[in-house]
Amino acid sequence: MSEKFDVIVVGAGPSGNAAAYTAAKAGLSVLQIERGEYPGSKNVQGAILYANALEQIIPDFREDAPLERHIIEQRMWVLDDESFVGTHFRSDDYNKPPYNRYTIIRAQFDKWFSSKVKEAGALVICETTVDSLIMDGDQVVGVRCDRQGGEVFADVVILADGVNSTLARKAGFHGEIQAGNVALAVKEILFMPQETIEARFNVKDEEGVVIEMFGKITDGLMGTGFLYTNKDSITLGVGCMLSDFKGNPNRTSPYTMLEKMKAHPSIAPMIAGGEMKEYCAHLIPEGGFHAVPKTFGNGWMIVGDSGGFVNAVHREGSNLAMTTGRLAAETAIAAKAAGKGFKAKQLAGYKAALDESFVMKDLHKYRDMPSVFHDNSQFFTTYPELVNRAARTMLTVDGIDKKTKEKEIFSSFRKSRSLAGLAGDAFKLWRAFR
Amino acid sequence: MSTVVNVEEKLFQNRYKVDHGRPHIKIRQPDLCRNECKSQSCTYVCPAACYKAEGNGAVTLITDGCLECGSCRIICTELSNVEWEYPRGGHGILFKFG
Repeated sequence: MSEKFDVIVVGAGPSGNAAAYTAAKAGLSVLQIERGEYPGSKNVQGAILYANALEQIIPDFREDAPLERHIIEQRMWVLDDESFVGTHFRSDDYNKPPYNRYTIIRAQFDKWFSSKVKEAGALVICETTVDSLIMDGDQVVGVRCDRQGGEVFADVVILADGVNSTLARKAGFHGEIQAGNVALAVKEILFMPQETIEARFNVKDEEGVVIEMFGKITDGLMGTGFLYTNKDSITLGVGCMLSDFKGNPNRTSPYTMLEKMKAHPSIAPMIAGGEMKEYCAHLIPEGGFHAVPKTFGNGWMIVGDSGGFVNAVHREGSNLAMTTGRLAAETAIAAKAAGKGFKAKQLAGYKAALDESFVMKDLHKYRDMPSVFHDNSQFFTTYPELVNRAARTMLTVDGIDKKTKEKEIFSSFRKSRSLAGLAGDAFKLWRAFR
Repeated sequence: MSTVVNVEEKLFQNRYKVDHGRPHIKIRQPDLCRNECKSQSCTYVCPAACYKAEGNGAVTLITDGCLECGSCRIICTELSNVEWEYPRGGHGILFKFG
């Protein structure tokens, strides 16, 4: 392997595959290196696929991509220990093709995406870990792999090596990730007959439901839970900020939190009888706008999770990954066509394209959100309890008049949180969301 | 939360190709964990329970069940006592579903 390529892509997740596909399709010589046995074998996601970002890369992906169910109903639950208060949004609009979002199983999806990358002409090598970048002065000129004679060279290296971003860290492009900027999520996949899922969630074949949850299930930590319906399985998971896991006085392990969530009286019946076939853990970069590192330099660009491109508020990641991968490849294609080299100056178009796209616009919009939730744990403890208690009080028919019940609810809010605190919380949320 | 959860049962469902004799994560100086680290937070944060708090105050590490998330490295901020690399190509966790 002493050949030189136009582009080397490290990693075969959504961002790496989008980059490799786009560059290869445009006729560039592309080498993609993946450390897993097959593309997808190291990758973990919920997983929801948002169609739009992939449509821009492979418009007819629906013809053969392995998709589980298209989502027609989105539920949002706020839980305390015994109950939940929720909103459900279900619309037949979501039943009109082309569908907007799907549940997917990443190992299968990534394998499919990789087959498209190969068809487009890229050389994909698996079971190979890239140890470091090869530098010529301050220019990235290739990568060093854990194979014999594993030095390969390219004009541009696209770093799609995932949330731990090992290569950019080793090269000094950015520092270690802060525990307050990543969430640690764990999940299980539980198999059960298709008919059981359809009966429990009130859907027909290929229709799906997602449930996003927050409240007491996270043991007072900043985090959320989720349940996604696949064709004949359910994915159930929970994630919290890593710094919160570390600082939790209860010293709760992620798997204990997951197990307790599975036993919640509102959740247990939905997953009853499911056969657990895999347990996964993964970090999600949730630092948002302020945590995005330098995105390009001499001979390199960074995409997907390794660049921190996740919109934590809307639970979007793979669409940002695919979009950043595509934009990085387009930048490489343009630089190659211009023929003026691959220094930072020639790759600056990548940052401009990011800023112009929904990726940086959305991250900018929610730039203060991580810190608001971080410093205000009442959003994950006090409020879920209050809201559930209020609903219970108002909906329990027990001979007490409604006016008295209202007073009881208001006083329970004021007891737990002063009026100034309530107003302050509302203001903080408004400011962060606007 | 007093629920006792056997994480080994969960990990048993997973597929691994263990790189025998070549752990990809190492504790740099075991003495630091024993003497300097009060929280030993890796022993409860690691989602695969690879780190164990021993009765004598030591922390031991067995990486066979590692899910390669990276948490242990990131939370060991004060002492930076975790040497963390990805496993060699093809080794480690092999997600069937992911």
